[in-house]
Amino acid sequence: MAKIESTFFDIGYLDTLSYQQSPIHRLDPRAKLIVTLVFVVAVVSFDRYEISGLLGFFLFPVVMVSLGDLPLGYLLKKLLLVAPFAVFIGIFNPILDRQVMIVMGPLAISGGWVSFISILLRFGLTVTAALILIATSSFAGVCLALERLKVPRSFAVQLLFLYRYLFVLIAETRRLLRARTLRSFDGRGLGIKVVGSLIGHLLLRTLNRGRRIYLAMLCRGFDGEIHTMRRLKMTGWDFIFMFGWILFFIVIRNHNLPQLIGNLLTGVF
Amino acid sequence: MSHHIVEVKDLKYSYPDGTPALDGISFLITHGESVAVVGSNGAGKSTLLHHLNGYLTPTSGMVRIGDLPLSKSTVQAVRRSVGMVFQDPDDQLFMPTVADDVAFGPLNLGLPLEEVNDRVDRALTTVGALHLKNRPPYKLSGGEKRSVAIASTLSMSPDILVMDEPSANLDPQARRRLIELLSTFTHTKIIATHDLDMALDLCDRTIILHGGLITADGPTLDIFRDSALLRRSHLEKPLSMQGCPACGSMAVK
Repeated sequence: MAKIESTFFDIGYLDTLSYQQSPIHRLDPRAKLIVTLVFVVAVVSFDRYEISGLLGFFLFPVVMVSLGDLPLGYLLKKLLLVAPFAVFIGIFNPILDRQVMIVMGPLAISGGWVSFISILLRFGLTVTAALILIATSSFAGVCLALERLKVPRSFAVQLLFLYRYLFVLIAETRRLLRARTLRSFDGRGLGIKVVGSLIGHLLLRTLNRGRRIYLAMLCRGFDGEIHTMRRLKMTGWDFIFMFGWILFFIVIRNHNLPQLIGNLLTGVF
Repeated sequence: MSHHIVEVKDLKYSYPDGTPALDGISFLITHGESVAVVGSNGAGKSTLLHHLNGYLTPTSGMVRIGDLPLSKSTVQAVRRSVGMVFQDPDDQLFMPTVADDVAFGPLNLGLPLEEVNDRVDRALTTVGALHLKNRPPYKLSGGEKRSVAIASTLSMSPDILVMDEPSANLDPQARRRLIELLSTFTHTKIIATHDLDMALDLCDRTIILHGGLITADGPTLDIFRDSALLRRSHLEKPLSMQGCPACGSMAVK
């Protein structure tokens, strides 16, 4: 239960970060969204045994975090929170794929381990990029950007509402759980039957709330379209930011950056 | 100014599952009147309010707002003139920031952007919440949410304000501020509430609902003096009209 509460406050914190002022925050959310998408696609498009090629991509989160004045510790903590998913996806690779790929002196590393590490790296890069996007553009900003980029309107509106009512839903779940805990003794009342009824209740409450929200929207002249006052304008900086990063991603996708630097250094000495 | 009039004639309504909620209700509320709708839980207060902006369609009977009888073709116009404040502000504040939310109605009316901005600032100033403009709604306190919810209806400049339990879940000071705020409004007001002391402060007229019927409709003071009527309707005299528990003296009212 305590876990739910702390997670709840943390989501709010991510949003708070987006109200900061920094060169990155001032950029058009569309530019940041597109750069993030290209970044994610570039990162996941690598071969499954790729490690060194991925390293160059760390430059993007590093630059964004430092220019955007984001707390690194907080982002890493969020990353760890979802890390188990990535670990479970890759955990069997070292067992199933035992073919030796790299030999470093007495140490032989199997293909399974290499692909496992590659999965973790990709996971770290993509999730961090998504967190950075929201922390610098706010969730609402991302939704607005999606809408302006001609993503179907109902999709963008759904996302917006999902975010707004996530907090209400968590608060409601918390109240239900608290009510259950306070009247459960010796593990009785905590069984799966009660959980089922709890979830059922949550669903019914959610449906009712949905109806009331829709009524509230109708009362204020909702006609299927959400209008906002925010106006977006792409400036020169946005284009420089966008094309600069995209160009960089294309280059390091096709040329191995650590290898290039290595060749350069060995060439000099 | 006939467009501030609310007329309900022989309104009957049963829920789709057959449960009767309203059983023939009639009243006429004229321009600038402030009316409390009181009654026990399940007496039909909320059901009645939901008819006033066409969210529910009567099983039989008629609702007229100003010159317009409520029907499918007039419902848009009616919703423009009837501003509704919900019991749970979380239902009403659905946009990412307070400013976006207060602007939601005016933008739907198709007003130009400067006018919308102007209205947002004016509505928020009226309820004393201008400083909350750029905050997300989920970070506001209960009292702040209520103020913003009221601002989000005011920004549409309605003629009639319909409120469902506006003083619920407020601390005493926030409640007092709300009462003072509402007393400055010149709109026609219809307030469904269990807070009879607030009804006494704000409304000259009170309608009592019980079992889907109007059991009393008249000056608030007269109604609240009638102990037998209140008891029949599952109500109690407002605290300010009851005796003082400390000194034992009866209140004068």
